[in-house]
Amino acid sequence: MSQLLATGIMAPDFRLRVTPDQDLSLSELRGQRVILSFYPADWSPVCGDQITLYNQVRPEFEKYGAEILGISVDGAWCHQAYAKHNHIHFPLLADFHPKGAVAQKYGAYREQDGVCERALFVIDRKGMIFWSYLSPIAVNPGADGILDALESLQNQEK
Amino acid sequence: MSLLRAPVNSSDHVQGPDNAPVTLLEYGDYQCPHCGAAHPVVQRVQRYFSSRLRLAYRHFPLTEIHEYAEAAAETAEYAGFYGRFWEAHDMLFENQDRLGLPLFLAIVRYFGLSEQGLRDALAHGTFADKVRRDFLTGVRSGVNGTPTFFINNLRYDGPASYEALVDATAAQLEYVMTPA
Repeated sequence: MSQLLATGIMAPDFRLRVTPDQDLSLSELRGQRVILSFYPADWSPVCGDQITLYNQVRPEFEKYGAEILGISVDGAWCHQAYAKHNHIHFPLLADFHPKGAVAQKYGAYREQDGVCERALFVIDRKGMIFWSYLSPIAVNPGADGILDALESLQNQEK
Repeated sequence: MSLLRAPVNSSDHVQGPDNAPVTLLEYGDYQCPHCGAAHPVVQRVQRYFSSRLRLAYRHFPLTEIHEYAEAAAETAEYAGFYGRFWEAHDMLFENQDRLGLPLFLAIVRYFGLSEQGLRDALAHGTFADKVRRDFLTGVRSGVNGTPTFFINNLRYDGPASYEALVDATAAQLEYVMTPA
């Protein structure tokens, strides 16, 4: 298993394709809480459930002022087809070229398989990693850990 | 092991005695094929344990991929408001291949309930809050897909097969019944 970036440090910035003709960088979201959900692949059944679940839970994330971003090594066109098919309403970023470079920065790349780990990060408004979780690759980690982290982040900032 | 954050209470739909030693809670989606397949299995488990088991059901509709899941859940709640939740629940799962407004209306008509009443309840989202509350208790308790079962507040991560559910329920029953 990979060694995820530790909490309490600044989340490395990145700039990735979010649609075939648009980029998104983490620093553009400074001032918001951000959830990064690294996942192995579009279309695979467990991810399907996980991404579908986050799509459904997104209004709850928003109550905590958090934006969720999915990241996999799939290309932007693949993400576009996948998002359309499953009515995904949050950005899916393409860590496609150079492949897995952002996942590697976060310690969330599976070199042996050439895909992202199933890893979660919650980043605070200042861009610091507040919480992270590395799930076994075949297990959908659900949204409870993310919501617990957002709740304690909110309590801490009060 | 995930714990149920919101134990089964009086706002839940239950079958079986309140003092049953084991409660089996399902989070389900009427349009989910896995839940449809699990439905007769759950009924067999219920028959096997009889009064030793209390069954509860909460909604966990994945509405972005299942276009009828929300309306189906609200239809069950509408029927439930008139005391017919479990019958509607069974009919929805048993007719999963033809979910849609005509079926929902036929179900309430079968119970002698007002079709217009259902149309209004769906249009106004009268039961949407209840469905959303169910969904959120599931999310906070680690429900990551459907069906997800909890046996006495512990998430059950095994297969949704008769043998496996009976084994897990029996193990919990034995645990509860063994003096400390």
